[in-house]
This record gives sequence, structure tokens and C-alpha cells, in this order.
Amino acid sequence: MSETFDAIVIGAGPSGNACAYVLAKSGLNVLQIERGEYSGSKNVQGAILYADALERIIPDFRDDAPLERHIVEQRMWILDDKAHVGGHYRSDAFNEERPNRYTIIRAQFDKWFNRKVREAGALVVCETTVTELIKDGKGKVIGVRTDREDGEVYADVVVMADGVNALVASRSGIKKEVAPETVALAVKEMHFLPQDVIESRFNIGEEEGVVIEVAGSVTVGMVGTAFLYTNKESIAIGIGCLVSDFAEAQVRPAFLLEKFKNHPSIKPLIAGSEVKEYAAHLIPEGGLPAVPQLYGDGWMIVGDAAQFVNAVHREGSNLAMTSGRLAAETIIEAKKAGKPMVASVLAAYKKALDDSFVIKDLHKYRRLPKVLHHNKHFFTDYPRLLSQAAETMLRVDGEDKRSKEKKVTKAFRSTRRLGGLLGDVFNLARAFR
Amino acid sequence: MQEISIKVEEKLYQNRYMVDEGRPHISVKPHTQPTEALASLVKICPAGCYSRTETGQVEVAPDGCLECGTCRIVCAATGDIEWNYPRGGYGILFKFG
Ligand SMILES: Cc1cc2nc3c(=O)[nH]c(=O)nc-3n(C[C@H](O)[C@H](O)[C@H](O)COP(=O)(O)OP(=O)(O)OC[C@H]3O[C@@H](n4cnc5c(N)ncnc54)[C@H](O)[C@@H]3O)c2cc1C
Ligand code: SF4
Repeated sequence: MSETFDAIVIGAGPSGNACAYVLAKSGLNVLQIERGEYSGSKNVQGAILYADALERIIPDFRDDAPLERHIVEQRMWILDDKAHVGGHYRSDAFNEERPNRYTIIRAQFDKWFNRKVREAGALVVCETTVTELIKDGKGKVIGVRTDREDGEVYADVVVMADGVNALVASRSGIKKEVAPETVALAVKEMHFLPQDVIESRFNIGEEEGVVIEVAGSVTVGMVGTAFLYTNKESIAIGIGCLVSDFAEAQVRPAFLLEKFKNHPSIKPLIAGSEVKEYAAHLIPEGGLPAVPQLYGDGWMIVGDAAQFVNAVHREGSNLAMTSGRLAAETIIEAKKAGKPMVASVLAAYKKALDDSFVIKDLHKYRRLPKVLHHNKHFFTDYPRLLSQAAETMLRVDGEDKRSKEKKVTKAFRSTRRLGGLLGDVFNLARAFR
Repeated sequence: MQEISIKVEEKLYQNRYMVDEGRPHISVKPHTQPTEALASLVKICPAGCYSRTETGQVEVAPDGCLECGTCRIVCAATGDIEWNYPRGGYGILFKFG
């Protein structure tokens, strides 16, 4: 391959597929390189797809994308060892013509998205790992080196969509190595059950889905969350905590998942299922402070490689697709204007991101990673206190309600003291503002 | 903490892999005493690829690796391991992901 492409996109996850699709659609000569056997074979997600981000790229995606269920009910649970307290939101308004959120299975979804990329005219090369960037004498990126024989290819611009490990950028010296406190390690299993069993267990109709987001004692004091999502004929269940916490606490990830699966509130939901896969993957959780330089002479970074994940709302794939699209639009504009792919021109990508929900949302929660890191009791004391409070108030045992309330207040105050409680409220409120 | 019995190997058994025979993509650098970071991998690798030898060193058998990158990140500062993606097409092959 000795021709020069308009653009090379490294990786075929949601960010790379979005980018390559938009570029190819505009008629540019695009090469996409993926290390997996096919797009999706290396990728892990919960997985909830947010329709809006994809709709802006492929408006009629619902016609043939492999979608599992649209979500009609959200459960948010805080667990202690025996109980869960929480809130549910279910609405028939989610049964709309163009639903807003779907569960998907990533290996299938990515394959579909990548087929669209090929149909749009991009050249997609799988089973090929990019090892590093090629730069010219002045430091401008002009292509990539791969693990194939004679595997050097050239382009005007290289978009790194290679995911959370972001090895291409860090090994080429344009980005720092990922720090253990800015990523979570998640483990996940796929549990298969007959469709009608899932629908009766979760009280849902044929196409409807439920998601359960969980925090609390299941993460044994580490900063993390767990989830359970309904697919058509399977349930995805997983749990993730910061890598730095795993390293410090010396907890086996598979143990944590078993503990979660055996929780009395979870166990009946997956009873009798057949497990067909065990996966692990990192999730960027460093928020805005962990976002690297996003562009330079001849290069751009999109998606997880740029740490674009909103951990509070469990959004990642939509930030990935949106950043991929905005990078592509920047390249298309520059091409049209006959401008070179240098930093001053590609800076338009950063500007577009700043104006989008991607950076706005990351900015909103910029303080949160630090607050959680320094306040582990959010994951230990509060779940226990909440559960105790609920139990105390609900159990009818001859004790009067005023005394019960006092007991609850006393439990909170003796665990966190008044100053601690107020500080927690302040810190959290500020982090979520 | 009560020990729930788990066999990671049994979990990995469900998965599909294309093993690149004779070309492991991760290796541990020779050492007499493992650093704290290296020693932690025996527990925190989600695929249980790391183990202790009888003489106390840490070794890796990356056939069941899920390619998450955790070990690479934990040992980035100490330089205890050499980590690369498997050659294109090899390694874990998620059916669902
Ligand atoms: C357990 C879990 C649950 C999640 N749940 C949700 C959710 O419900 N909703 C949501 O929106 N987000 C969720 N996320 C986050 C979401 O999965 C990511 O934000 C999203 O996948 C990022 O897309 P990406 O394209 O940037 O990276 P990836 O999807 O990781 O894609 C990167 C691609 O690059 C390839 N690649 C890597 N290195 C190279 C190389 N050197 N050469 C060639 N190819 C390479 C990889 O094989 C891969 O195909 C979840 C993540 C996890 C781990
Ligand atoms: S990359 Fe992940 S699964 Fe593979 S050896 Fe390292 S920690 Fe284990």
C-alpha cells in the first residue's frame, strides 16, 4: 500500500466507525485499521446505546441496526449486603416511535456499524495492529506503522480512535500513559434466558427493556458501580471499580462479580441462566482533568482514547460517536477550504467539542472523580445507613415512630458526625452542580 | 469477607480465543523479588493470568488474557512487564462483548 489516503482512522469502535463513516460519506479516501478479526471482536460495553448520537450520523439506523430492547424502566439501587433501597422510573412515554435508549450487544452492533462504513466507501483493514505513528522531520504525523509486513501507510491526517488504552498516542509520545486512578476495570458476563422468562421476570413487553444501575457495598469499599441490563434473550451483568482501588485493596475482580450475582436482590433475576461469556474492559473515569491534548500537526484523538466518558450518567459510546463525527467534520471542512492538516486548522475540532455536550458535561462533573476518590464512605457507610434507616422505619415492632426517627438520625450522626455529613452534602452538591 | 468460591478458568472456558502459539504478548521482566505493583497482579488480573512461582517470583501465562490493559497500567511506573497487543487477529474474540 503506497498510496496516500486523505485520512487514516485507527480503531473500529463507535468513535472510529462514526469518524470513518462521516469521512467516507463525504467522498474522502479513508483507510480504517482494526486489530480485531472484525469490528467489535475486542470491544465490551454494558451496553446502552443512546439513539441521538447515532441518529445524527445514520438517521435511519433503526431500519437495520441490531438493537435488543428499548428501555422503558430505570432502576437505581443502593445495596448493602442484604438489601437494596432505590428509585425506579418507568414510563409509557418511552414506548415512542423513535425510542431514545436501547440495549445492544457490542460485537453485533459494531459489526453492523462497520458494514455501513464499508458501504460508505472506506477501505477497512482488520486483523492489523497499528504500532506507532510515522512523523516527518518537523514532527508532523504523516502515517502509521502496523504489525503487517511492509505495513507503513500514509495519510494527510491520522485519527486515533483506539480506545481507552490509547497505546498509539502514548507510545508515539503525544500523550501521557493512562494513570490507574483515572480508569475503572469492569468485568461482565452474558447470562442467557428464554425471552419470555426475561419478560415476565422484569414485567416488560416484547421489545421493552429494564436497566438497573447499582452502587453500594457490592464494591467492598472501592469506588465503583455495578449494572444489570436486559437484552432480548440475555442479561448483561457487570461491575467495575477504579484500577487504583483494585490494586490497593487486592480484590479479585471475578470474586466481586460473583458477590454481586449472589446478592439476594440480584440472584433471583438471573436464576437458571446459562453464562456464555466473561469479559473485562477498562472504562475512562478520570473526567475532564484526564482529557489529553486532542489534536496536533496531522493527528487527532477521539472517543475513549481521549477519556470521553461521563461516568455519572454511564455515557461513553455517545461521546465516542459524537467526537468521531466532529473530528470528521473538521477534516472535511479543512479539505474543502484546501487547508493543511496542521494544529492551527485542526483546533476547530476542540472548539466544536467545547460547544457540544461532550465537554460541557465533562466540565459539569469535573470535580467528581476527586471527591469520590477521597470519600470512600459514600460507597460503604451511606448504603448501610440508608438500608438500616429503611428497615427501622418499615419494621412494625411496637416501637413508636419518633423513637425510630431518632435512632436513624443518631446512626447517621455517630457514623459521619455532623461536620462530616455537612461536608459530604457540600462536596457532592458542588461536584454535581 | 466471606470467600465465594470462583474458578476464573471456568469462566474463561466460555470464551473464544485465537492463541498465537509461541508468541505471548505479555512478559514479566526477570526479577528476584517482585515489586508491590507486580505482586498485586496475581489477584487483580481479571483473567488470573499471573501466578507466583515456588521461589516467589511472578510469572504470566497470557493465553486467557482479556486484553483489558490493567496489568500494563498498574506496572507502567515500575516497568515490570512488557505488554503489547497480540498480533492483529489473535487473542480474545468476543462473541458478545
Ligand atoms: C463494562 C462497560 C460498560 C459500558 N457501558 C456503557 C453504556 O451502557 N453506554 C455507553 O454509552 N457507554 C458504555 N461504556 C463505554 C463505551 O463502551 C465506550 O465509551 C466506547 O466503547 C468508546 O468507543 P471507542 O470507539 O472510543 O473505543 P472502543 O470501543 O474501545 O474501540 C477501540 C477500537 O480500536 C481498536 N484498536 C485498539 N488499538 C488498536 C491498534 N493499535 N490498532 C488497530 N486497532 C486498534 C480496538 O480493537 C477497538 O475496536 C461501557 C464500557 C464498559 C467497559
Ligand atoms: S491485560 Fe488484563 S486480562 Fe490480560 S493479563 Fe493484563 S490484567 Fe490480565
